[in-house]
Amino acid sequence: MKAKRDDDISRTEPRESRYIKLKDRLTITWFLLPAIALFLIFLVYPIIQSIYYSLFDWKGFGPAVDFIGLGHYIRILTDKIFLKAIGNNLIIVVLSLAIQLPIALMLALVVGRKLRGRGFFRTVFFMPYILSEVITAIMWMFLYNADPDRGFINAIITLIPGLEARAWLGELNLVLPAIFVVLTWKYFGFHMLIYMAGLQNIPTEVEEAALIDGANKRQLITHVTLPLLGGTIRTSVYLSVLGSLQVFALVWIMTKGGPVNASELMSTYMYRFSFIRFELGYGSAVAIVMLIIALIFSLTYRRILARPDYLA
Amino acid sequence: MSEDNRYINIGFRRKIPVIIKYIILSIVLIIILIPIVIILFGSVKTRGDFLTSPYTIPIPPRWENLAEVLKMNTFWKMILNSTLVTAATTIGTVLICSLSSFAIARMKFRGRTFVFNFLTLGLMFPVTIAILPVYLAARKLALVDNLWGVILIHTAFQLSFGTVILNNFFKSIPSELQDASYIDGCSAFGFYWHILVRLSRPALATVAAIAAVFSWNDLMVPLVLLNSEELWTLPLGTMQFQGQYGTDWAMVSAFVILSAIPAVILYLFIQRQLISGLTAGSIKG
Repeated sequence: MKAKRDDDISRTEPRESRYIKLKDRLTITWFLLPAIALFLIFLVYPIIQSIYYSLFDWKGFGPAVDFIGLGHYIRILTDKIFLKAIGNNLIIVVLSLAIQLPIALMLALVVGRKLRGRGFFRTVFFMPYILSEVITAIMWMFLYNADPDRGFINAIITLIPGLEARAWLGELNLVLPAIFVVLTWKYFGFHMLIYMAGLQNIPTEVEEAALIDGANKRQLITHVTLPLLGGTIRTSVYLSVLGSLQVFALVWIMTKGGPVNASELMSTYMYRFSFIRFELGYGSAVAIVMLIIALIFSLTYRRILARPDYLA
Repeated sequence: MSEDNRYINIGFRRKIPVIIKYIILSIVLIIILIPIVIILFGSVKTRGDFLTSPYTIPIPPRWENLAEVLKMNTFWKMILNSTLVTAATTIGTVLICSLSSFAIARMKFRGRTFVFNFLTLGLMFPVTIAILPVYLAARKLALVDNLWGVILIHTAFQLSFGTVILNNFFKSIPSELQDASYIDGCSAFGFYWHILVRLSRPALATVAAIAAVFSWNDLMVPLVLLNSEELWTLPLGTMQFQGQYGTDWAMVSAFVILSAIPAVILYLFIQRQLISGLTAGSIKG
């Protein structure tokens, strides 16, 4: 009886497994199809198409016929305004890494694990992140108003003797720092959140052991806590750099890249040429250059500084 | 005696940093709240009050501007459009990501790693950067000036993040469960639908929360895709309203406050899922 059942199984198994395999293959296809299709339609195909258009002088109507080869790319890389935009993007990246992330990390350490009201501070500090860039931009335009009777920041500053009202969004050397302040206001809470989660994940035993071994508070942070946060910091740096490539709405609403391109970013440059001037061939080339920059950054970051942990 | 002193000392020394901590955090708290509070004040002032004293406490509050915005059909139309786009994007993202992640995490097939890497490409190409190529493709597919265009593009650019989160979660579910359900006669889809989806609710909620916040707040895709005013979403409408009524700040404040309320309510509801999603995996080593 028992032997017979074993027999049955061994006889039916191959056929059944072949059947399952075919069925599985169909299932796999159906399960993957929507995701792959969306990606092919809205990512792969558009990029390939834009590479093609970037080789033509094309205004967006009718077929692209004026082939100019790499002409657009040469124009981009020699256009002072685009180089200025890359420079501004870089400035924002550097400021983010040098100021915004350390503030976030410091505040995460201040809140620590057990502080009473931890959840409350986290909720409020993270609030700006969920307000849209549009709302953020309009709020800060009120604050930055050049007239001290209107703008809160100038009203505060003029209270201090010797300081006078400034046009924060209208002066060439003030506009980028002013925008960076808004970016920090909006995004530091996000990085703080990541660091808080990272801190939560460090076993308390490790820190206790260091304290027992005679480490003081500062040694504890520099020699134990920060090294253990390494992966979290790498992720936060990665997201911050990629995030500063994406800044658009905030700057477009507040300054449109002005005054005189002083706050021009790659994204506002690309938007102006593509959707205001409708130079779609040239805009395509700009988009491709931006995509290449993002790709190079992602790949080198992953290769040199190891994968950001959220891909692992 | 001396022992007692030591304890008191430690107790005393430990209290000071806590006070400093609260002082630092309170300063940051005030900086965070100032822009929000000022615009909140502005929204309950009359035009005249706003001109004479734009950032003072409004006593008594005047509700005319808020009431006027609430009477605007266009405002409600924007709320409706944003809700539609966000709901469809969220459902689409969760459904599509969970299907593809199920196949990648729970089934064996050749090219699995390749498919996974392919589906995470979107992490490197945010929609802001790829917007012109995406717009040109949407134009060919007649998706311009069409809410479906916005929904499909939002969904496509949320897939990578969702796939990463769900793939990690699905992998953690014991394979015995899957084997047992197959022996009991479950199909792969049956296992996905009856067991995996039910077990993965927290992870699915996380993906939903992130997709919802992105879709609700995004300006770029609606901005390039939607021409007709009756299709505008809230961020696009708010931007246009500010452009049109830029000088009537009391009115703009009222509009901004009312358009922020849904996001804040949404945030308070999905805070936990959102936070666990944004910190997922970023906490390893």
